[in-house]
Amino acid sequence: MQLVLRLLADGYDVFGIDRRPWQSAPIEIHHGDLRTRSAEQAFVAWRPDVVVHMEPAASPFAEDDDRQGRLVEMTRTVFEYARGSGAAHCVFVGRHTYYGAGASLPLFHIEDEPASEMHGYPRLADLVAADLVASNAIWRFPELTTTILRPCYTLGPTGIGTLALYLRAERVPLVWGFDPLFQFMHEEDAISALVKAIERRLRGVFNVAGPPPLPLSWVVREAGRLPIHIPEFALTGALGHFGLPQLDRGAIAHLKYPVVVDASAFIAATGFAYAHDAVDTIHTFRDAFPPSG
Amino acid sequence: MLIPDQVRDAVERLEIPFGELGVDAYGTSKAHLRTALTAFAFLYRHYFTVETHGIEHVPPRGRAMLVGNHSGGIAIDAAMVIAACALEMNPPRLAQTMTDRFLARMPMLGTWSSRMGQLTGLPKHAERLLTDERLLLVFPEGTRGTAKLYHERHSLVDFGTGFMRLALRTKTPIVPVAVLGGSEAFPTIANAYRLGRYLGVPYIPVVAYGLPVPIPAKIEIQFGEPIRPSADGNSDDSVIRVHVEEVKQAISRMVQSRARLRRSGVDDVDVVEPSDGTMGEPE
Repeated sequence: MQLVLRLLADGYDVFGIDRRPWQSAPIEIHHGDLRTRSAEQAFVAWRPDVVVHMEPAASPFAEDDDRQGRLVEMTRTVFEYARGSGAAHCVFVGRHTYYGAGASLPLFHIEDEPASEMHGYPRLADLVAADLVASNAIWRFPELTTTILRPCYTLGPTGIGTLALYLRAERVPLVWGFDPLFQFMHEEDAISALVKAIERRLRGVFNVAGPPPLPLSWVVREAGRLPIHIPEFALTGALGHFGLPQLDRGAIAHLKYPVVVDASAFIAATGFAYAHDAVDTIHTFRDAFPPSG
Repeated sequence: MLIPDQVRDAVERLEIPFGELGVDAYGTSKAHLRTALTAFAFLYRHYFTVETHGIEHVPPRGRAMLVGNHSGGIAIDAAMVIAACALEMNPPRLAQTMTDRFLARMPMLGTWSSRMGQLTGLPKHAERLLTDERLLLVFPEGTRGTAKLYHERHSLVDFGTGFMRLALRTKTPIVPVAVLGGSEAFPTIANAYRLGRYLGVPYIPVVAYGLPVPIPAKIEIQFGEPIRPSADGNSDDSVIRVHVEEVKQAISRMVQSRARLRRSGVDDVDVVEPSDGTMGEPE
């Protein structure tokens, strides 16, 4: 929604396709599955200049989370429709978790590094596969300018996103003995970055990030929450119970090891500069979702 | 824990871009440094009564690579070099080591290590730290060095070439460092490799007196004159090995010289390693 409002404010005509209902959407929305004939017809009718594929960036904790296994198909479909309708630019909005989290992985991933450490994390494997489909489009469809963005976590007053959902509870589980760096940016900065990618018509793969990362426990405390350090063997069994979120087993690695990206290529290509530092970002989330205690 | 003024001051004066919460981009935390350096300072001054020589050879700022011999079962030498750079230099500097990969998997140890600015030993980490003008501390012998048995304490095992290639590519001066006393503090008589593999570590050192706790043996650190090799970092191994050997010999000479002084009971003497690589006379 924020992206839509920003694009409208910048003078773009915007249309959307989504299976989920949009309450009081300020734009024309085609409700339904992307892979239907009616959705394809909508593309033909709109003849978009730019197509932004936001689905990969959606939170894995979303209630309507039956995307698993379908993300690759959806991504192929988006590119097919984009080419078929004569679009000039297609933006795939992925996630920085593409690179995986593991003890042997480096900090500050750069774009030419492969994905890894997907064991036991089907949602991440889906994202990686979809990212690869989009990456293929760069050389397979040279007439279509393709941008693949891998933004870090976002946080802000809407409370949307993986990190925001994770921080919602009063008590936030961490793996005892581990405190990985978490890289995040303000929702508004993420939108600004996305708009810049559209305006500059970037071609290629780009990490997107804002301020330097912070240790997870510090983020939790600064958000006014209580970090609960649970030994890994106990955390695995407790997830999905006692008010704790349900996470894939592979996702626990993301609570142990950092996923931090180097966004210097994106900054050099667009001149992007974040407006909200890390503390400010956390506080806007905390103010919008104050701890109940 | 009470933080001594010297430690608090040293951390405050580190020329590292800490953010608003006292954490830098690598996750190095002022709070953790204060706690760790307080413990290190006690070990440095009172437990191991470390003697440090040649600290003036460490550049006060800008990229540099401290290259040292490794011994002592556990990384006592690294901890004391870190302490020396933080407590003896003006301005203080944080020496950042490349840790073995197993450390990142260990609860508490991995976290504390990274909060102290010690990163997993990946070439990308080393290169990034140097590009950021940090002080890198490397032990090319790796865990084969710390696995040395007591009678091997003054010897050096093979050096890898990675550190040299990195130094050449990034045009980083190398400061050779000799550390003596690590094996005296932790006299290893055997290493249990199978047990180590079971526990996810390279080995478990077996010390002469049974209990795996370092004893208060004197440790000496000798920094040598910087070496600035010039070659293409992508050169053939045969070219790189020449420069590696130069550094290794510089360290070996300092180790042997300090060992002779220890045996003769002479202390508080700086062994100067002239920049032409020849062995100098004690002052």
